[in-house]
Formats: sequence, C-alpha cells, structure tokens
Amino acid sequence: MSDLFALFLRSMFVENMPLSFFLGLCTFLALSRRVETALGLGVAVTFVMGLTVPLNRLVYDLLLAPGAWGWAGYPAIDLSYLALLAFIGVIAATVQLLEILLQRFVPTIHAAFGSFLPLLTVQCAILAGSLFMVERRYDLAESTVFGLGAGAGFALAVVLLAAIRTRLAYADLPAGLRGLGVAFLLTGMLALGFSAFAQMGAS
Amino acid sequence: MRPPLRQTFLTPLIHENPVTLQILGICSALAVTTSLDTALTMSVSLTVVLVLSAAAISLIRQHIPVSIRLIVQILIVASLVIVIDQVLQAYLFDISQRLSVFVSLITTNCLVLGRTESFARSNPVLPSVVDAAGNGFGYSLILVVIGSIREIFGKGSLMGWPVLPTVETGGWYTPLNLMLLAPSAFFLLGLAVWAIRTILPEQAEPLSHQPPDHPEAAE
Repeated sequence: MSDLFALFLRSMFVENMPLSFFLGLCTFLALSRRVETALGLGVAVTFVMGLTVPLNRLVYDLLLAPGAWGWAGYPAIDLSYLALLAFIGVIAATVQLLEILLQRFVPTIHAAFGSFLPLLTVQCAILAGSLFMVERRYDLAESTVFGLGAGAGFALAVVLLAAIRTRLAYADLPAGLRGLGVAFLLTGMLALGFSAFAQMGAS
Repeated sequence: MRPPLRQTFLTPLIHENPVTLQILGICSALAVTTSLDTALTMSVSLTVVLVLSAAAISLIRQHIPVSIRLIVQILIVASLVIVIDQVLQAYLFDISQRLSVFVSLITTNCLVLGRTESFARSNPVLPSVVDAAGNGFGYSLILVVIGSIREIFGKGSLMGWPVLPTVETGGWYTPLNLMLLAPSAFFLLGLAVWAIRTILPEQAEPLSHQPPDHPEAAE
C-alpha cells in the first residue's frame, strides 16, 4: 500500500510529465492562459490517463506481450511491436466513448471539460503514460496509480502556470517576450522548482 | 492561388517555424536535445515520418471520409513510426535506447498531425511533400541549435568530440550541469523565441490587457 502511495507521489512530483519529461507541452502551453481552462484540461487528462494506462496494461498483457497467445497454441507469437498502434487505438476509442457517455449522462461535466477531450487523443503525455508503463513493467494496480498520479501532476503544473500567466498579463514585458516566450521561461523556473522534489526523493 | 514551391519550403524555416511560432512538436524538441547526436537522429526520424505521411495522406485525400479522417491519419503516422523505430533499433541501437519512448511519441507529435490535417489533406502530393520537408527542416533547425548549445556547455563536447577542454581531462572548462537538466531547455527555447520575435517584430503577440490610463501621471 505504501509502495503505491510512494509511486503516486513520485509520478505526480518527481516525474512530472510536462516539467521533467517535456510531455504534453503543446496543450500545456496553448491552454494555460486562464485558470479555468487549465483546470478543465487538468481534470480531463487525469481522468483519461487513469483509465487508459490500466486498459492498455490489459491489452498489452492479454494480446500483445510475447507468449500472450500461448493459451491458443501459439506461444511463439510476439506482437509487442504493435503496441504503439494498439495503444493509440485504445486511447482514441476511450476518449470518444467518454465524450459520448458524458454528453449523454452528465452534461454538466461535459460542458465543463468536454471540449478538451478530442484534443487528448493526440496528447503525448497520455500515450507516453502507456509507453512508460510497458517500459517500467508496472502491474495493473501500479499502472492505475501511475496513470492517476501522472495526470494529477500534469493538472497541478498546468494550473500553476496558468495562475502565473494571468498575473503576468499586467506586466510590462518586452514585446518579443510576450506570450510564448515568457511562458517558456516560466515553465523553466517551475521545472527548476520541481527538480527539488527529485532531491527530496533521493534523500 | 497556391504560393510557389520555393516559398512553401522556405517560410517554415524561420518565418513560420513550427516550434517557435506555431507551438507544434515542442515535447520531443526539448526532451532529446541533451546532445547533438540524439537531436540529429530525432530530426531525421521526424522529417522522414512527416514527409512520408504527408505524401501518403495527400495521395488518398480524395478517398478519406471526413468523419474518420483523424483516425486514418493517426494510423498512417503510427505505422510509419513503427517502421522508423524498428530501423533505429536495428541499426542505431545505442541511440534508440537513449531516445527511449520519444521515437514512438512522434505519433502524437502535434507537428505531424498538424501539417497533415492543415496542409496535406487539401493539397496535391508535390506541394504537400515540399511543405512537410520545409516544416521538418524548420523543426530540425531548432533542435540542432538547442542540442549543440546544451552539449557544448553541458559536456564541453560536440558529437562526442571535445570542444571545450573540461577540468576532468586537465582543461579549464567546468561543465555546466544545469544545461543537461530539463529547465535549461525551456530557458534556451524561451530565449530563442525572444530572439526571433525581436528580429521579426510582426510575430510578437499583442497585449492581452490594455494598461489603464494613469490620470495622476498626466497631472
């Protein structure tokens, strides 16, 4: 149990997707102008990652891993090179399904963060979550926790950046630095701050 | 009216650079630039995937139903990425280990999907390929510049060759470890954006808030 909690904290702070692995930066920068949109995006990412990482774990174990077809009499089949195609398919299908279900049953939530869902199909943090899960050999419980933690870390980072950027709207920046330029510099400083968590994890 | 091919190729290099202006494909641009050789490998892989997928999608653009076009495009890109990944693992195993998941992540690189969606889907093959190549090279340019800076100052070498003699080997240069960490990539890219937008002021973003008038200052 404490192992899982430690994994949650590690995936949220130490291995923060945008700030230490540069993942999901496109949406991270594009949608961090306002805190409300950033929060909606963060919740959507957490939700989708918490779903797709364990789902992809199952898909990988049951269909793709070397020897997964042993029960059918084909133990030599190794489909792991198809993992990328299968994962992106699962993510696209999950996102689509989620959007339809939310629209049908919980329209209020759909109104709040539904518009971000289609974007998440091509969000590299989400695909990377599944790829890391295979590379690091997490089991089902671990991959659920890892997905949720990584999503929460993304949400935390994007809300932080959005909060700083709304304050900076009133600052008198050099013309060339406005918008994207200063967003990069801010992200760099946030990343510096988050790298302190790595030190804490080590000690 | 389509702009001439030469222009289609040249504008994405600096003027409409995919990384610094369109905010596309940043994730991989930053993650693989700790040294020049990984940056180069990544640039070549991405450019190849981009050109081939633009060609493929442009060829079948009349036959893709609009409603499922994203899925079709992603599947084409993902298949090409798998091919590249296997080639890298076969011939450049060392580098492919260091790139880890980032080659696979070309699939969700918004640059590829952005170009196929906005250009290749509605243009014939030749302009699409030229546009893809231009964007690929624009992306590569940024990667190579940032990769070189980070490797020179972070390790004192370039492509593994010593440029600045480091203290460890009896020289004078103390490697700047910050350059190898995540934050420096953000700083360098931020500074690059600033530099480009200072040279080309039309790219600067407008103020989102008009500063209020200060009557007391006028008095």
